Amino acid sequence: MTMSQMKTIELEEGWSFMQSGIRKLIRILEGEPEPQFSSDDYIMLYTTIYNMCTQKPPHDYSQQLYDKYKEAFEEYISSTVLPSLRDKHDEFMLTELVKRWLNHKIMVRWLSRFFHYLDRYFISRRSLPGLNEVGLTCFRDMIYQEVKHKARDAVIALIDREREGEQINRALLKNILDIFVEIGMGQMDYYENDFEDNMLKDSAAYYSRKALNWIVEDSCPDYMLKASLFYLYYAEECLRKEKDRVAHYLHSSSEPKLLENVQTQLLVIHSSQLLEKEHSGCRALLRDDKVEDLSRMYRLFFKIPKGLDPVANIFKQHVTAEGIALVQQAEDAASNRADKEGGPQEQAFVRKVIELHDKYMVYVSDCFSNHSLFHKAMKEAFEVFCNKVVAGCSSAELLASFCDNILKKGGSEKLSDEAIEETLDKVVKLLAYISDKDLFAEFYRKKLSRRLLFDKSANDDHERLILTKLKQQCGAQFTSKMEGMVTDLTLAKENQTNFQEYLSGNPNISPGIELTVTVLTTGYWPSYKSSELSLPIEMEKCVEIFKCFYQTKTKHRKLTWIYSLGTCNMIAKFDSKPIELIVGTYQAAALLLFNTSNKLSYSEIKTQLNLADDDLVRLLHSLSCAKYKILIKEPNSRTVSTTDSFEFNSKFTDRMRRIRIPLPPVDERKKVVEDVDKDRRYAIDASIVRIMKSRKVLGHQQLVMECVEQLSRMFKPDFKAIKKRIEDLITRDYLERDKENPNLFKYLA
Amino acid sequence: MPRASSKKGPATGKAATKELERIDQLFYSYVNNSCGMIDPEGIESLCSDLEVDHTDVRILMLAWKMQAEKQGYFTLEEWRRGLKALRADTTAKLKKALPDLEKEVRRQSNFVDFYSYAFRYCLTEEKQKSIDIESICELLDLVLGSQFRAQVDSFVQYLRMQIDYKVINMDQWMGFYRFCNEISFPDFSNYDAELAWPLILDNFVEWVRAKRS
Repeated sequence: MTMSQMKTIELEEGWSFMQSGIRKLIRILEGEPEPQFSSDDYIMLYTTIYNMCTQKPPHDYSQQLYDKYKEAFEEYISSTVLPSLRDKHDEFMLTELVKRWLNHKIMVRWLSRFFHYLDRYFISRRSLPGLNEVGLTCFRDMIYQEVKHKARDAVIALIDREREGEQINRALLKNILDIFVEIGMGQMDYYENDFEDNMLKDSAAYYSRKALNWIVEDSCPDYMLKASLFYLYYAEECLRKEKDRVAHYLHSSSEPKLLENVQTQLLVIHSSQLLEKEHSGCRALLRDDKVEDLSRMYRLFFKIPKGLDPVANIFKQHVTAEGIALVQQAEDAASNRADKEGGPQEQAFVRKVIELHDKYMVYVSDCFSNHSLFHKAMKEAFEVFCNKVVAGCSSAELLASFCDNILKKGGSEKLSDEAIEETLDKVVKLLAYISDKDLFAEFYRKKLSRRLLFDKSANDDHERLILTKLKQQCGAQFTSKMEGMVTDLTLAKENQTNFQEYLSGNPNISPGIELTVTVLTTGYWPSYKSSELSLPIEMEKCVEIFKCFYQTKTKHRKLTWIYSLGTCNMIAKFDSKPIELIVGTYQAAALLLFNTSNKLSYSEIKTQLNLADDDLVRLLHSLSCAKYKILIKEPNSRTVSTTDSFEFNSKFTDRMRRIRIPLPPVDERKKVVEDVDKDRRYAIDASIVRIMKSRKVLGHQQLVMECVEQLSRMFKPDFKAIKKRIEDLITRDYLERDKENPNLFKYLA
Repeated sequence: MPRASSKKGPATGKAATKELERIDQLFYSYVNNSCGMIDPEGIESLCSDLEVDHTDVRILMLAWKMQAEKQGYFTLEEWRRGLKALRADTTAKLKKALPDLEKEVRRQSNFVDFYSYAFRYCLTEEKQKSIDIESICELLDLVLGSQFRAQVDSFVQYLRMQIDYKVINMDQWMGFYRFCNEISFPDFSNYDAELAWPLILDNFVEWVRAKRS
């Protein structure tokens, strides 16, 4: 058929021509042998429309063509497409539906090209739905709305079959679901309402049934645990498969909703069974060290909002219980031994706590991905049992003793440098859990001073190393005194050299004895009571000489002599052979008395030495009732009493040429606790004043809270203690109670 | 024209001057000449004239009315202040005024002031801020005994038994009065140790509760 350019095309004529084009297209779509459209075909069809639209009225047929465009689809659909769909079911229906859909899209594409001119002017001018939309709407209203339920049910049935392990045609499902998506023309409403909702409900029902099949209740513990482990594994698998399902054919927006559904059915509903039950839950996994399964449990419950809270809680309870068991063990062991405390049992306790910490930290990193909830659980668990008293010792003291053992010569730890560093590192980490950090500091300082002054420190580097770690963890103020102590010793050595030089430079001043003096800076070292020991003349002379020397160095400092810390090497001339005795200064002073008298009574010795009874008894005991009996005591009882008398034991001998006679150390614990309590009172005072100075007016509860917060780095202040300090400060006119509100305090400048 | 003097209103004019004169005279009848004040002996004498024991709380109330500063002594100024306010210029009138004085003191609005005065009155040394336990026990009994017998007895028992505190300061003293007024006794159901009650009261409550169980 040819076209006359100038002639007006009547509607009948023009439409008839278009129809033939449409019929051709349909034949192609139906798969009949029909050649493709040539470019001429296309141009002619397009131009026909063009002309019919641009003709002058009344021959401007845009509206009619628009309507007929739609009718073309309607006719084809009702005559051919719908019947073909209606007689098919299930998967066959789905296949047909996909075919028809794809065909329809082609039809829309072609026809909209032919009719394109309508899109350009008529449609936009009248704000009508475009050709594309009209075409799709036809499909939607005539086909989709009719078959959507059938299609949906068929898809869901296939999904369930796939869940049961069957292989299904995923591509088909993807294509079907694409229809649900595309039919929305930009909106997901159809997909969600017509498919997704039901799919989700069905999935929930499916997994709910499955879960009930798998959850085992009230069976033997072993079986329950195994069932539980399998269940977790199964749950993880299901989630993985559902995710896969989404990736392959469901729309991606379904993923979060679907997974949540599955999680709820499999995990949330049964969470108490999975987590809290004694034999199947988290507790059992921890008890049996099921690391992999714990990791799985973590992965699964991580995705559930607040899902990890019960897991972390059970973890905390478990670790706490293990810790308390260790405390109990140590207590039991200690009560079985009648002798002194602070022994190896308590050291073993610290070591076991370290091991416990290591073990469960691995859990935190390996099973629980270092999640903050689990770090918090560890912290809270350890804070519970690390602050319990074990066999009369606070944990602060135990920890300090543990360090002392590592750092002192001949300590119970004989480890490599690396191992020592690692252990020290772990000990410092444990300190974080102890609330009485200041108590630890004081015990540590006491023991450090012993190590330093009696040359018992095994390794200087280790000493400095732990101080560095403590500084990092607790701040510079924590370690400043300790560092001062270590520095003092270095300086003391220098000082000694200078003293030697001074002596050699002044040959007429000679102490007559080899003398080493260690000068300590008072503030750094623990307080020692200085006694009024009457020195033997030989020592008196030394002290004077040193005093003169020290005056040449500095005039502004006062020396206080702590003889209780001194050591003396002296040669005792026994009958069989002379033996060198290494004793404390007190002991030396006592022994030297026997150079002038053979026999002395207790009271005579006391008068001459000017020592208190407790010191005197201790030292005489070490010389007469202990391993080496340098003095003979009369009467020969086990303990020293004030009515005893002593005589030099010239018959004493030993196979060694040199023996050490140490004084048993005094129990420091009481003094340390007293000192720390005193320091705490000052610290609380200072904190209260600091807070009130800046706030001017503050309520009681708020003040207490801030005070606790400020001091928490060093210790946990007793609530009553704070109240007492507040009252004390009121009496000292630092604060006053508000007249109107007795719960309010005001700072008095 | 001078107003006729009535029992209620203050005296004015000639009547007033006469009254003041008599008040002064009364003062001088008890005064210790060497110090110029009424001393403990004088007070005792006054008490026997009033037929009131010198440990009676009404004497303390009288001291309060006078705003007497030093325990056991009344100065002329204080004497004038007190008796003028009481409209008493003879011992007979003074004695008659005592019941009304007591009523006045026990009025809620005045009692706090009297209560804190009682404490201050016992601070005999300069810079003294606290009072020993035994004296506090007596003072509590005297001042609060009639109003809060149960609380006072219990607290006094506690004070004598405990060893934490050897003295009581003003803050604790006032705290106890507030305690008696606000806290239900003996159940202490509305007592909250987390509030700013003095620590000694926290301990007291604990002690009573422990004793009870």
